[in-house]
Amino acid sequence: MSRLLSRYAESIYWLARYVERAENLARILDVNETFSRDSRGWQNWQSILEINRDEERFFKDHDQADAEAVIYFYTLDQRNFTSIISAVNQARGNARTLRPLISTEMWIQLNMFSNILKSMQREDLSEPRLARFCNQVKEACQTHTGITEGTFYRDESWFFYQIGRAIERADQTTRLLDVKYHLLLPNDEEVGSPLDVSHWNAVLRSAAGYHAFRRVQPSGMMPGDVAGFLLFHSRFPRSVRACVHDISNRLSQLRSAYSLIGGSDALEELDELRSVLDDITIDQVIRKGLHEFIDWVQLKLIRIHGELGAAYFGYAEPTDVAQSAE
Amino acid sequence: MAQTAPGPLSAYEPDGFFCEMVGGSGNPAEHTKSIRQRLNSLDLEELRGRARDAELELYSFGITFTVYTQKDVIDRILPFDVIPRVISAQEWETIERGVTQRVTAINQFLGDIYHDQKILKDGIIPRDLVLGNKNYCPQMEGVDVPFGTYVHINGTDLVRGDDGQFLVLEDNARCPSGVSYVVENRHLMQRSFPDLMSNIGIRSVSNYGQKLHEALVETAPAGVSQPQVVLLSPGTYNSAYFEHIFLAREMGVPLVEGSDLVVEDDKVYMKTIAGLDPVHVIYRRVSDDFLDPDAFNPDSALGSRGLMQAYAKGNVSLANAIGTGVADDKAVYAYLPRIIKYYMDEDAILANVETHICREPEGLAYTLEHLKDLVVKPVGESGGYGITIGPHASAQELEKCRTDLLADPANYIAQPMINLSVSPTLTDDGIKARHVDLRPFAVTGKSTWVLPGGLSRVALTKGSIVVNSSQGGGSKDTWVLE
Repeated sequence: MSRLLSRYAESIYWLARYVERAENLARILDVNETFSRDSRGWQNWQSILEINRDEERFFKDHDQADAEAVIYFYTLDQRNFTSIISAVNQARGNARTLRPLISTEMWIQLNMFSNILKSMQREDLSEPRLARFCNQVKEACQTHTGITEGTFYRDESWFFYQIGRAIERADQTTRLLDVKYHLLLPNDEEVGSPLDVSHWNAVLRSAAGYHAFRRVQPSGMMPGDVAGFLLFHSRFPRSVRACVHDISNRLSQLRSAYSLIGGSDALEELDELRSVLDDITIDQVIRKGLHEFIDWVQLKLIRIHGELGAAYFGYAEPTDVAQSAE
Repeated sequence: MAQTAPGPLSAYEPDGFFCEMVGGSGNPAEHTKSIRQRLNSLDLEELRGRARDAELELYSFGITFTVYTQKDVIDRILPFDVIPRVISAQEWETIERGVTQRVTAINQFLGDIYHDQKILKDGIIPRDLVLGNKNYCPQMEGVDVPFGTYVHINGTDLVRGDDGQFLVLEDNARCPSGVSYVVENRHLMQRSFPDLMSNIGIRSVSNYGQKLHEALVETAPAGVSQPQVVLLSPGTYNSAYFEHIFLAREMGVPLVEGSDLVVEDDKVYMKTIAGLDPVHVIYRRVSDDFLDPDAFNPDSALGSRGLMQAYAKGNVSLANAIGTGVADDKAVYAYLPRIIKYYMDEDAILANVETHICREPEGLAYTLEHLKDLVVKPVGESGGYGITIGPHASAQELEKCRTDLLADPANYIAQPMINLSVSPTLTDDGIKARHVDLRPFAVTGKSTWVLPGGLSRVALTKGSIVVNSSQGGGSKDTWVLE
């Protein structure tokens, strides 16, 4: 067995990230359509642009953030690199590069998935059908995850896949929380109102965390509890803390199983991030400012990505790639 | 063809051509009898249904062919025809010996012209045709290669005319492609037509990857105990990328691109997550010009800087060797029977198609005089580009061809129009005769092995004889019988 090429390591890492990204985006669109109506029944689609920091690019081509325009922008618009179809095309492109490494079943499923999306039209996204579309995307992403679990050979590349997926997942959860928290920051009379509860409900569902949250908190829905759950709950697979633990464990296992010398800087960053996530409470975070805290977490994730790139992917400097995470 | 029960083959007409399935006139093909019967027992709709399944599978699988002239269409299914092309054991025996002989002669020729140049001194082939050839590589002079194997992988394009004799149309000694389709087409047939294939006795093609890997390991630099083989690809946009993936997977070797390699102290390494790892054998699917910006095209980013130097020092093996293009040049091709005789003292087992070399005055004169009856080919092109087929050409096309010939005669050869054999092919109008060729693949390490099968390309357009996939050709599974 020869050593894993740096280029392959990076490709498999991105393959996992793009599939994870597509799945998260589908969930956010789906939930937004179903749950995020304001007091007059309007849906707020602009918040999705904010999550992804896409307002500027979006408004270059569009006058207003209505449902149809935003949905198309994030689903089938191939010119938009943050759309679902772009993420899936990127995943497929990486998979194509990785064909010598990944299982045939992984390839066929991704290739078919990308073919199906390419054949879709605007009509397939009209509001009654959007839920179906989002479900199809989520299912395809989860099918990919399942096929990977069941068929992908577990050498070094498997670890890079796991690390990529966990980083993306952590990143997506922080984005969701950041924007929603600001948007939903309750004013006095709305706390505990039916509308407020439904907003937090939507946030949890966007992270596929509603039922898990209910098991921890059988009644009530305080914003702090939801934010704390999404950030710190160690048993919820999409919480930032669970993801960071995952990255850290996989990286340690990878280094020891394959006697890799590189990667210690990434581990150091991870240790620091992990110990903060382990120790800090949500009340402390809210007192200091949730947005500032999330900013810091995201910065850490970008650094970890950069250090991984420098150690394994052949990046010249850890810092010159912070933007490639976009 | 006489059939008792009406089946999809009953109405088939070879249109007067030699047919791979039913044979020539008055010479029916006995070896395909039971295959014909089985095919005939399926009805046309059933056949179409299975063809659609096979197509869908190809689509899901993403078997792609990039056509350079259609830049926005990266992924296109290579058309696959479900009716196999069948070769008898006797016919194959001849092909196998003929191909082996040809590859052996080509390797000896290359060894000679890059060392002592005896064949030039003996005047067997014009000196300037070899040394002035744009594919001749002066950097290869004096470079020794293990076992004298320059051409590890060779594809010989064969056709059959009206008399059913196999003729060599051209040699492909640089980076011949298509072998992945041989294996994949077989797998496709095994899934779609198990009933057609059972108990027929078809030779397996599935060990190509192993055989290739063995040959590459054999030709590693001396003294390396566990050679690291890699496949060097120009990358995902190359028309044959699917094949590169296929071969890397079959051999279990890394599929690298130029940027993955680095040469230090005349040794080649690949960049891995644990640092630099040595590389000993490179099966390269990048052409000579792009292999090393220091030695060849300085603008190339597809190869690796310093590779030629490492190669010349014997620290890495390349398959195929650099500079093999001089042997499969269409002008040198004309001399191949004499080259075989010179090195091996044997007559060519597989004959050439009669060839007029336009660089020679008599060849040019003959070509100009018989333009309407000849196929004129540029010597440097591949993939069927730039060919003028006299009998099918318009007056305008013939005139352009004449002008081109007069402007640069040395760039052309001319051959008589061969009535390419046909093979029954599923079309919208039922089963019809379509022209085919055959590319067997030979793998050479210490010795030569020929894959029992080959790429049968089929010109899907009625009457067309251009089978190249870049020109809308398709392919068939090729059955060599036991």
